[in-house]
Parts: sequence; structure tokens; C-alpha cells
Amino acid sequence: MDQFTINLLFVGASFALYIGIAIWARAGSTSEFYAAGRGVHPVTNGMATAADWMSAASFISMAGLIAFVGYDNSTYLMGWTGGYVLLALLLAPYLRKFGKFTVSEFIGDRFYSPTARMVAVACLIIASTTYVIGQMTGVGVAFGRFLEVSNTTGLLVGAVIVFAYAVFGGMKGVTYTQVAQYCVLILAYTIPAIFISLQLTGNPIPALGLFGDHVASGEPLLTKLDQIVRELGFSEYTAHHTDTLNMVLFTLSLMIGTAGLPHVIMRFFTVPRVADARWSAGWALVFIALLYLTAPAVGAMARLNITELMWPNGTDGEAVSVQMIAEDDEYDWMATWQKTGLLGFEDKNGDGRIQYYNDANPEMQAKAAENGWEGNELTNFNRDILVLANPEIANLPGWVIGLVAAGGLAAALSTAAGLLLAISSAVSHDLIKGQLNPSISEKGELLSARIAMAVAIVVATYLGLNPPGFAAQTVALAFGLAAASIFPALMMGIFSKKVNNVGAVAGMLAGLVVTLVYIFLHKGWFFIPDTNSFTDADPLLGTIQSTSFGAVGAMINFVVAYVVAGMTKETPQEIKDLVESVRFPRGAGAAQDH
Amino acid sequence: MADKTPQSAASATEADKGYWASNVRIIIISLIIWAIVSFGFGILLRPALSGISVGGSDLGFWFAQQGSILVFLALIFFYAWRMNKLDREFGVEEE
Repeated sequence: MDQFTINLLFVGASFALYIGIAIWARAGSTSEFYAAGRGVHPVTNGMATAADWMSAASFISMAGLIAFVGYDNSTYLMGWTGGYVLLALLLAPYLRKFGKFTVSEFIGDRFYSPTARMVAVACLIIASTTYVIGQMTGVGVAFGRFLEVSNTTGLLVGAVIVFAYAVFGGMKGVTYTQVAQYCVLILAYTIPAIFISLQLTGNPIPALGLFGDHVASGEPLLTKLDQIVRELGFSEYTAHHTDTLNMVLFTLSLMIGTAGLPHVIMRFFTVPRVADARWSAGWALVFIALLYLTAPAVGAMARLNITELMWPNGTDGEAVSVQMIAEDDEYDWMATWQKTGLLGFEDKNGDGRIQYYNDANPEMQAKAAENGWEGNELTNFNRDILVLANPEIANLPGWVIGLVAAGGLAAALSTAAGLLLAISSAVSHDLIKGQLNPSISEKGELLSARIAMAVAIVVATYLGLNPPGFAAQTVALAFGLAAASIFPALMMGIFSKKVNNVGAVAGMLAGLVVTLVYIFLHKGWFFIPDTNSFTDADPLLGTIQSTSFGAVGAMINFVVAYVVAGMTKETPQEIKDLVESVRFPRGAGAAQDH
Repeated sequence: MADKTPQSAASATEADKGYWASNVRIIIISLIIWAIVSFGFGILLRPALSGISVGGSDLGFWFAQQGSILVFLALIFFYAWRMNKLDREFGVEEE
């Protein structure tokens, strides 16, 4: 059986499973559609939250970013897990006690203002849609690669599948489908990592292998990696070499953004009790940590494998020959990925060998002049192919490659579905039922939720075909916006009785607008190329890159809300009573519709 | 305790104030630990910890790549356990 058939088999079988579950669990009432009738166990809910949360960015992209930068990109690991502490301690139990269906409902009621609710709806829709666009782009690339079709066809196939189970299943379909997706995703991520860790360190647990010894040299793996990348003129893997302030702000933005993203927060509305909401966040992080503790090992080990493949005789020996790449099975992956245009190599000096080194390093330039090298010849290695290509790089069996294909798609699809649900409930429940037509029937509400979902997927698919920028930039925008707008409003709504309607609206708008403008100034207005005034290499404010600005936006939100609240009319007594009741678990019933 | 109705939460009794103050104290302590392991040990204090080696690198590197995640997990489970206990101590748990 060839690799294409194996990939198709794995991807096809996993999809049959998800769709089967979605049909089996078809939603009946409105309450079931949004929140699965609150019958979801904390462990089940944690697993589904993990699948929802870990998108193409975590599965496909993150280990590659860590592999080629090293320590400095630990920010992703800390940022995308640390947010769960904020969620568990500051938001989840109180929002569950509040007992409504959506995030904007809480903001509208707590700040006794339909305007606040609509501003929250706008923030949610903007953040979620930009996030979905990133996922759809990922879906297109992964489908295109593994089904060996064009990016466009891949994206359309993916869109149809997301539509099928999100629209017909609702939350319950999505919850159980996402449990299945989590299982596929985590097996696909850890199995190749275990093989590779065994090969390199003899330790079956990648997270321990990372800090273990490299079998071939007997030295610690990280010491070996630092040494060989240093010898090729790259900065040491474990060294800190970028700006500290930016690193701190970037980590903080990812953390706050995690706790402000509606599709993650919504998960905590679906557990039966307040106590379960507290446990649920912990279980979600357990399942997320299985991938996040493996990711740095995947990155470091892949970097070592790739470097050693390029220098089979060691960094002071001869580089790999063009003939070897063409003929040796170990190098098949290079030809496969070269076809996608995401990997490139070129024998610039015509010596029949491919020299991979850092040609921007003066010491290496001197060495290159001595040896007749004419620049780095591994000309392109897209970070996003690392995880998908990893089993091929390590020469693992065909079924592992098929499994990774299914896992990458599960990651992208599950997140896209969760976000679509958040968007559809914001439109049907908050906008239509809450504002435009309060007397809408349950059936009408369900129908409008499905129409909203269909519209959102069409928009996301269209923008996914013509993305406003790289997926990573799009995702960064989503995080920055959620951090700057939603999280501060939720936190102040629970922990401060002083912040009133005007304060909250002013805070959300200030955080949202300032962050949006800062991002547009660096990435181009509405992501139109060449309309930017600054770049992240030389940002407007000191060393703060546009991806790190969410944390600053959040601080602006807090300050503006407090100052404006101090100047305007005090929060009424019944709202103070509402805040008081949200703080105590007793009396938490089932969600109320209104 | 059973005679407390949901409505009485609104009138903020002394016991209720004690419950909320304890909750806020537990949150603040947890968040201090949260910040120390990630922003502290993982980034800002890494140079100070560079003497302690962990499998080919140093303690700061370990905290940035693994340690902070493990501490985050411990914090969330500690908080859930501690708060569920606190709910019972103050009789504010769900029925």
C-alpha cells in the first residue's frame, strides 16, 4: 500500500468516526444545542476543551517555532498553558454560577447595558472569525498535502466537513466529536515523538528524553544540540537572545487571550455544578499538557535530526551530497516536501553538496570563504511543515505518517467547529434573541444559529482562500483582541462592584480599538500589504511587537474602565447583589433562558 | 447552614465576607506562584538560576519548557480542592 492510500485511510476513518458521533448525538432543544443540557462530566468536558483549544497552531506550528528558535519561543508553551490558571481561578466558577449560556449575556447583565452586550458580541465575533480564518488556512494546507490536491480543493473539502458536524450536531455533537478528536490528535502527536525519543535517547517518554542523554554521543541531548547548532553559526538552542520585555508581554498576551476566548470560556457553562467548573479547567490542562510537555522535545529532537541529516559526517566533515538526497531513502521526505514549495535546497556553489549553516554569522562567512561555500544551501524550511514531516524525517513506518495526517486535521477542524459554535450563539442568542427579536421561537432561534454558522463558515472559507496574512499573524490578532477586550470586562465584572455600565463599555472599546490600531500599524490596515507604518523588527513603542500588544491593551482596558466608572453614576444595588450572588456557589441551578 | 437561601447571599453577612476574603487570599497566593514560576524562574530570574543544571541545560530553561506547566496544573487542582473545602466550611456549597 502506498503512502497516499494509507493517509487517505487514516483521514477517512477518523472523519467517519466524527460524523457518526455527530449524527448519533443530534441536538434537540435550544438548551442542548448550546450547552449539551449541562450533562457533561468534568473529565469529558476537559478532554473536549483540550481538543477545542489545541488548534493547527499548537499541533502543526508550535514545535517548529520552538525547533528553529529554541528557548526564546518557550513563550508559546508558558503562554498557552498559563491562561488556564487565570480561567480556573478568576472566571470559570463564577460564570458557571451565573448560569446563562454565553459570555456576552454575562457582560450585558452584569453591566446592565444592552450596549455592553453588543460591544462584547462585536469583540467575540471579530476575535473568533479571525481565529477561524487561521484554522481554515491550516485545514487547506494539511488537506492539500495529504490528499495530494490543491490548497483550494483541500480547503473546500474541509469546510464541508466542519459545516456538517457543527451545524447538525450543535454543542453535544461537538462535545463528543471533540473527545474523539482529542484521542486522535494526542495519539498522532505522541506516538512519533515516542519513537524518536527512543531512537535518540533510549527514553520512551519524550519529555524526559529532552533532558536525558543523547545515546550516540553519550552527552546530554541539549548540550549536543547547543554544540552542533553553534558550530553552524546559529544561536545556541538553550540561550536567551531576544528582548526580555517583549518576551514577558508576549507570554502575558497569550495567557490573557486564552482566558478571554469565547469558545474556551463557553466550555465551562456546560458542566453540571460550580465545583465541576473548577475541576474542569484542571482536567482541560491535564489533557493539553500531554501535548505541551511533548512539544519542546519534538522541536529539539527534530532540529537535531535535521542538522545531522544535513551533516551526516559531523559538522566538521563533508555536507550531505545531492546524490545522497536523491537516492537514499532517508532523504525521501525532502523531495516530497520540496513539491509543496515549503522546503527548498539549491547547490549554489556547484560542489555537489548541500551546506546548511547560518550565512549571516561573520565567523561562518569567513569559514565559508575558506571552503568555497556560497551561502546557506538549505534555502527554505517552512516552520509549519516540521511536525507533519517529522515522522518522515525520522524514517518512521507509513501508518505513523497517516496517523499524523489525521491528527493535524483533527486539531484544525475541532477548533474551527468550536469557534463556529461561539459565533453562531453570539449572533442567534445575543444579537437576534437578546436584541432584535426577543419573542423568537425556540425553533427560529435554532434555525438562525445554523444560518449564522453557515454564513461564518462561508466567510472564513473565503478569507481562508485569500488569507489576510500568515496564519500565525491572524491567530496573534485573535489573542490580542480577546486579551484586550473580553478578559478585563469579565474579571472586573466579578471582582469589582465599582465598575459600572459606562466604565465597562469605555474600557472594552479602548482596549479593542488601541490594540486593533497597533496591530494594523505593524501588519497593514485590514492586513492589506504595504499599508503598515512600522514593522515588528522596529516597533512603534520600544521593543513591543504587535503580537505582544494584547497585554498592553488589557491594561488600558482596566485603567479606562476604573477611571470612567469613578466619574459616572454608581452601580445600582441590584447589580451589586448580582455580583454578590455570583461569588457564592450555593443556589447554582440549571441555566435559565429568558 | 441549610437555611441559607440563594437570596441571602445578596445581603452579605459577616460569614459571607469571610468566605470571599479567604477566596481572594487563596487566589492572590496562587497567582503569585503562577507569576514566579513563569515570568520569574522561566524568564526574568533565569540568569540567577543558571548555576543549577538540569539535564544539559539549567533550571530556568526547564521551568520555561516544562516546570511552569507542571506548576500550573498543581495550582488549578489545589485551588479546586481548597475551594470545594472552603465552600463546605462556610456552608455555601451547592445542594
